[in-house]
Amino acid sequence: MLLIKCPWCGVRDETEFSYGGEAGIERPLKPEDLNDQEWADYLFMRKNTRGLFLEQWNHSLGCRQWFIVERNTVTYEIIATSKIKNEAPDIQVDA
Amino acid sequence: MQINRLKSGGQINRDKTLRFTFNGQSYKGYLGDTLASALLANGVDIVGRSFKYHRPRGIVGSGAEEPNAIFQIGSGATTEAGMRATQVELYDGLVAKSEKGWPSLSFDIAEVNDWCSKLFGAGFYYKTFMYPAKFWKIYEYFLRRMAGLGAAPREPDPDYYNHQNTHCDVLVVGAGPAGLMAALSAGKSGAKVIIADDQANFGGSLLASKELIEGLTADKWVSSQLQMLEELPNVTCLSRSTVFGYYDYNFLTINERCTNHLSEFTEGHVRQKLWRVRAKRVVLAQGAFERPLVFPNNDRPGVMLASAVSNYINRYGVLPGKNPILFTNNDSAYQAAIDMKIAGAKSVLVVDSRSEQPSDMVDEARNNGIELQFDAVIRNVIGHTKVKGVEISTYDSGSNTCAAQATKRTCDLLIYSGGWSPAVHLHSQSGGINKWDDNRHCFVPHTTKQASFSIGSCNGTWSLEDCLKEGIACGRDVAGSLNLKVNDINLPITKKIKLNPMMPLWQVIAENSVENLPKQFLDYQNDTTVSDIYLAVREGYTGIEHVKRYTALGFGTDQGKLGNINGMAILAIALGKPIAEIGTTTFRPAYTPVSFGVCAGEDIGEMFEPTRKTAIHDFHTESKAPFEIVGQWLRPWYFPKDDEDMSSAVIRECLATRSSLGIMDASTLGKIDVCGKDAVTFLEKIYTHDVAKMAVGQCAYGVMLGEDGMIKDDGVMARLGENHFYLTTTTGGAATVMSWLEQWLQTEWPHLTVYLTSLTDQLSTIALVGPNSRRVLQKLVDADLSNDNFPFMKTCKSEIAGLKVDLFRVSFSGELAFEINVNSNFALYIWNLLMVTGRDFEITPYGTETMHVLRAEKGFIIVGQDTDGSINPHDAGLGWLVSKEKDFIGKRSLERVDSIRSDRKQLVGLLSVDNKSVIPEGAQLIEKKSPSGPTPMYGHVSSSYFSPVLGHPIALALIESGRNRIGDKLLAISSDAKAIEVTIAKPIFYDPKGERQHAK
Ligand SMILES: [Zn+2]
Repeated sequence: MLLIKCPWCGVRDETEFSYGGEAGIERPLKPEDLNDQEWADYLFMRKNTRGLFLEQWNHSLGCRQWFIVERNTVTYEIIATSKIKNEAPDIQVDA
Repeated sequence: MQINRLKSGGQINRDKTLRFTFNGQSYKGYLGDTLASALLANGVDIVGRSFKYHRPRGIVGSGAEEPNAIFQIGSGATTEAGMRATQVELYDGLVAKSEKGWPSLSFDIAEVNDWCSKLFGAGFYYKTFMYPAKFWKIYEYFLRRMAGLGAAPREPDPDYYNHQNTHCDVLVVGAGPAGLMAALSAGKSGAKVIIADDQANFGGSLLASKELIEGLTADKWVSSQLQMLEELPNVTCLSRSTVFGYYDYNFLTINERCTNHLSEFTEGHVRQKLWRVRAKRVVLAQGAFERPLVFPNNDRPGVMLASAVSNYINRYGVLPGKNPILFTNNDSAYQAAIDMKIAGAKSVLVVDSRSEQPSDMVDEARNNGIELQFDAVIRNVIGHTKVKGVEISTYDSGSNTCAAQATKRTCDLLIYSGGWSPAVHLHSQSGGINKWDDNRHCFVPHTTKQASFSIGSCNGTWSLEDCLKEGIACGRDVAGSLNLKVNDINLPITKKIKLNPMMPLWQVIAENSVENLPKQFLDYQNDTTVSDIYLAVREGYTGIEHVKRYTALGFGTDQGKLGNINGMAILAIALGKPIAEIGTTTFRPAYTPVSFGVCAGEDIGEMFEPTRKTAIHDFHTESKAPFEIVGQWLRPWYFPKDDEDMSSAVIRECLATRSSLGIMDASTLGKIDVCGKDAVTFLEKIYTHDVAKMAVGQCAYGVMLGEDGMIKDDGVMARLGENHFYLTTTTGGAATVMSWLEQWLQTEWPHLTVYLTSLTDQLSTIALVGPNSRRVLQKLVDADLSNDNFPFMKTCKSEIAGLKVDLFRVSFSGELAFEINVNSNFALYIWNLLMVTGRDFEITPYGTETMHVLRAEKGFIIVGQDTDGSINPHDAGLGWLVSKEKDFIGKRSLERVDSIRSDRKQLVGLLSVDNKSVIPEGAQLIEKKSPSGPTPMYGHVSSSYFSPVLGHPIALALIESGRNRIGDKLLAISSDAKAIEVTIAKPIFYDPKGERQHAK
């Protein structure tokens, strides 16, 4: 059972957390501009990385915050955890 | 008669006689016996029948490695299957049965398998019972009966089990010489230590040892060490406690058996405990397993491991034979011969495959009058139900060949030892790697993945002095690594013994002649033989994991503790590769079997899941309403009057509500408060409808989609202020919707300022439903509820009896209706007030069943019943809710090719043609006149009820191109009713114009 360091609460047992899949999947800012293939890529396609992997976890039975975990999918070692940055997306305004 | 019991000796209490039965026969043993030692004392030779060939089998070992003496213990609700007699402590009244052997141990009908064994090689089950598939049920019945894998109790387990979580600096696994020293050394340095051992007493191999330590006998020395450990407040000693799992980040599980040794059932006590331990450091000192030697008929009852023989003599005062022969390739086994002789065996012969070399053990054996024969092997065993003798041949260790001619010797016990295999189980479970050691001829721990240390014989360290030394050093290192002040302990003084190295002897008879010889067993529990390994290789299997699965080597409940290494070595020989290249199979938890009871612990019955009750629950119980479990909530199903049955109650509740006034507890709805300056921006993404266009005070029915475009949840939402909203979700979806909203906010749009607060428990919701609802509610509130002032889909704040309430003019029934939100602390009071006020209109409480009928009459969906994760809003007839002007989660998916197919399943109504048959929910819909052969299935019935107000059955269904097929006739087919002819209809059956809910 993993030990995971919630960036807000500290180190806790895996049972307090839930898994949220690959991190860094950005929702397209203009979904309507995407063709079916591109949309399907966003919607369904995820990496199946062997080795270092960035993923989302939620401290669901704790502070309920989502955060980023860097984990080795082979050894299960957790390398680092970090908060999600509070930044607005960089929206390109059409000239 | 305990014919094999010695007059004295052992750690048993001869003053405490215990009675027990084995296969119906009564026996006696002593306190301190295991079931195995007591059976041996009573001269019981056959304890079971083997899995495939049904050969008679006897006790081989004395611990976790035992493959044959596996019993059903106890009866009725407290019976346990798969118990190793070598690890079952005897108690008075113990009832044991062998699991294998039908109809009896001495006459086993399936022993014919042994005589026809040419047919039963590796892969036999795969090859024979595969076809035809429909016969599998018949095969299975006989296979299970013949295999005899024990029986689970049919009654609930009356025992009590619990779990305990703990942290420690050091967990020491195994309390033999190395483990004791490590625990003492770390403990004296101040570390918080847990030391666990699976036996009743600490000491491990020392319990049967005759060595002197510090001038004390081994057992006395162990007691002195244990006393020191127990005096340390920072050390916890757990006996009868098996560390069975080693998981990530030094998380380990221990199964402590608290009362198993006292009786079959001990009222008022915890029977077993599951310790969940997070340790900073783990010290593995589990010891080693002795290996059998592999030769023809090496499975006959009366063949026993050398270490087991020493255990039975020295610990239990049992002499398992009078006239034994010991077959060995190493020095350690000599101890068993010496113990036999000292305990009174008439003549003892040692057959050693090695040439003679000077050794302390050889000298001691000779001094005790033991006959020795070197450069010799056992090449066959004589006797069927009991060893009667052996065939001995000379052996040339240079060429690894056994002479063709043999001499016969009688004996009543064949003791064997093929050397030792370190118990690397937990090390391997932890992710550690093992390496084959060519000097010690065993796998030893190589690299570790976690903060663990292997010491003593599980590290391939054999001599007592070295084990003690390693334990002390390990305890010191561990304490040092934890920054504790190291408090050294002295190395106890032991006698130095000169030992000669073992000789690898994986199989006595060369491979090319194996086929024509009697079977040479590797895995007793699964009847895997040497020729099975060769067969697997001939059929193309080369990897150990494949050979394991094909031959079932190590697949039993003992996980190959006895036979795996021999099997791997023989695979190496068959493939012509070094053993190091074969590697081990994967070691998995549990190290020894663990009962389901202790895994479940207290999480059973009412403790399995929380039960949630609404604030109005007391009214429901007083009304004797049966409950329906929705999510974790108890919701009243219907409110029977007098001795009404469900269907009459529901008819009455429906008609009362439609004609006058009903009241329902809707408190289980998920309730979420949303506020913050970006609330509108956020909710525009979440809902399909135009949230921004809603006026303050406006309610709307909304659906949320997944990004795949499918309906995720639905409910009424209301705009309470410019940046303040109130959302409702389905009862079952409350928690997941809340988490899902948080996920979007935190991970995708963290720059939005929005606050989400769950109010599900804080607020209760009472629905007042029916044409007289306004009249009654108006009596209690100041707010003007007239249609002009408070029309359909509006919300306002008001007070009832001085209590703040939120009113919503919404309807899940199609009637004029109001939902009242009130602080849960006052909900029962408000409910009762409404009941009194509504008395003039015969206010009728109704439950979930009536709610379902009323909503189905209106064609309102239930998410999860009328949708299933593949239904988008257009399919459900909710296209009118979908904004064309803004983006929202799932919108892009609604434009995918698959989403705009014209033949998608669509929500429609169904009427039975005979106007009286209620169509079963789940029924499949097919053409009335189907061609023979496969029939296209157009959809299924999702909701179905008898409508009291209409006087006929109604149903909702999802049907391919359903909306284009209104008026078509189909057949509804289900497994539990005859086919019903149905007509496709629009899904709104009652008041299709919606005049009632808009009532003036
Ligand atoms: Zn947290």
